[in-house]
Amino acid sequence: MEIPVMVGAGLVVIGVGIGIGKIGGSAMEAIARQPESYGKIQTAMLIAAALIEGIGFAALFAVS
Amino acid sequence: MEKLLGEFSLGLFIFQTALFLLLLFLLKKYAWKPILGAVNEREEGIKNALESAENAKKEMENLQADNQKLLQDARLEREAMLKEARDLKNKMIEDAKGEASIQASKIIEQAQAAIASEKQAAIADLKSQVANLSVDIAEKVVREELSNKDKQLKLVESMLSEATLN
Amino acid sequence: MQRNRIIKLTTLFILTLSLFSCNLEKEDDATIAAKKAERKAYIQHHLQDSYDFNLFSYEKDNGEKAHIGFPLPVILWDDGLKVFSSSKFHHGETVAEVGDSFYKLDHGKIYKTDATGTISYDETHHATNVKPLDFSVTKGVVMIIITGLLMFLLFRGLARSYAKNGGIAKGVGRFFEPIILYVRDDIAIPNIGEKKYMKYMPFLLTVFFFIWFLNIFGLTPLGVNVTGNIAVTASLALLTFLLTNFTGTKDYWMHIFDPLGSSLPWYGKLILYPILIPIEVLGVFIKPFSLLIRLYANMQAGHIVLMSLIGLIFLFRTWMGGAMSFGLAFAISLIEILVALLQAYIFTMLSALYFGFAAEEHDHHEEAHAH
Repeated sequence: MEIPVMVGAGLVVIGVGIGIGKIGGSAMEAIARQPESYGKIQTAMLIAAALIEGIGFAALFAVS
Repeated sequence: MEKLLGEFSLGLFIFQTALFLLLLFLLKKYAWKPILGAVNEREEGIKNALESAENAKKEMENLQADNQKLLQDARLEREAMLKEARDLKNKMIEDAKGEASIQASKIIEQAQAAIASEKQAAIADLKSQVANLSVDIAEKVVREELSNKDKQLKLVESMLSEATLN
Repeated sequence: MQRNRIIKLTTLFILTLSLFSCNLEKEDDATIAAKKAERKAYIQHHLQDSYDFNLFSYEKDNGEKAHIGFPLPVILWDDGLKVFSSSKFHHGETVAEVGDSFYKLDHGKIYKTDATGTISYDETHHATNVKPLDFSVTKGVVMIIITGLLMFLLFRGLARSYAKNGGIAKGVGRFFEPIILYVRDDIAIPNIGEKKYMKYMPFLLTVFFFIWFLNIFGLTPLGVNVTGNIAVTASLALLTFLLTNFTGTKDYWMHIFDPLGSSLPWYGKLILYPILIPIEVLGVFIKPFSLLIRLYANMQAGHIVLMSLIGLIFLFRTWMGGAMSFGLAFAISLIEILVALLQAYIFTMLSALYFGFAAEEHDHHEEAHAH
């Protein structure tokens, strides 16, 4: 595959990584603030992370 | 993308779909329905048991309150009855006392009347005895006088001293 | 190609590591390259479905390769039904002769060929031979059947133990009952709603345990990679897609074809809708597609990483390197156990979410008041 396409996919993956990292970080902060709503925060976090992850995969498979 | 499509195997896809649908159908019929049913039933049972326990507790409380009330009533009644009895007793004592005193005074009166009438009778008897004595004395005196003057006098004197009036 | 890149990256990593690991045995570049290629092919082979159930292979003293396992039936549709045992391929080394046609395995696929087994390639290294329609009972199919049987026996037993013990689970059911309850109380009810969740429960439970069990089987030395196969995940995602759209309420379709509702006059819609409706319609297809890709890619990536780490042991061939790769592989295995559960959970969770969209019913009167 051509180099620019691969670099583009890499950029997408970086973005996805930052996004999921931010979600995880915010979720941890939220849990620290409100430990009693741990379950709800975790569910919301997983859904958001999964949706972003999808974009990352889409980029990777578009390259391959 | 082209790699993904190259890897896609129609045979496996069809097998997977058919087997999964079969599994879904079998599990739905033989596993999930009975399991979820049993779990739901159990949860309903627990809920009902809790509810009935709550109800029993409430009923118990009501019963206890009723008991308390009944006890209170009984106590009040007992007190009222006791009071009445005490009053009655006092009244009876009062009554008895009054009657007794009346009776007593009556008896005393009667006794006094009897004493008075006895006295009257005794006086009358004495009077008649005195009269008889006087007649006897007079008779004796008359006889003595006839024999001796001195003797007569002496006799009167002795007679008189003998016959002391009471 | 993406997989190749991952493998290339891992091998690069391996190479840099091997620079400062004291490799006692001096090997020339050619043998290293050959070994690398062999390992790559091995990993590639493992990730694919295969026509025989190979438990392990080893090299005999005389250099001959021995495979321990059992063959599976190959069923082809190529001018009539052709059924034969996969032992005829001899693990891709020979041409299978069935009637008057010849078939050969190439990179895990069956191609029609001639008696000598020539396979011609185009310039992108793709075989140009004819591929017959293939309905073989492959390793993946066998594992699906085994998992299905296991699930059926397990949950049938649980259902029976409820009936027998008056609503109390016995044995292994005690372990699975809380998970079933978790799927119901934390996945189905919050996403679909108290009223309609019962309709979707069988699918959610089946999909959850199916994916979970197959993921766990993928971590065993049996070397199966069923949930990392695009056909399997595509089938699961397709079922979610069909269930979502066939149970969709009026509100669900209204949301797709009239997303703004009464908040916009018709002339506004005339401008916006040519953009909005295609996006919404695309979303209907992208949702299950992301499900498919996510499960596939996660399992695939997990297997590649794990196998590459195990492959490191044979590349280092040193005391330190072996211990290090073993430790790494062990740690990744533990993470993979978590990922196996997590991916099953995510698939079920997102399916439930999509069912929730399909089953939702707005109260339009209240909405009208709100606007």
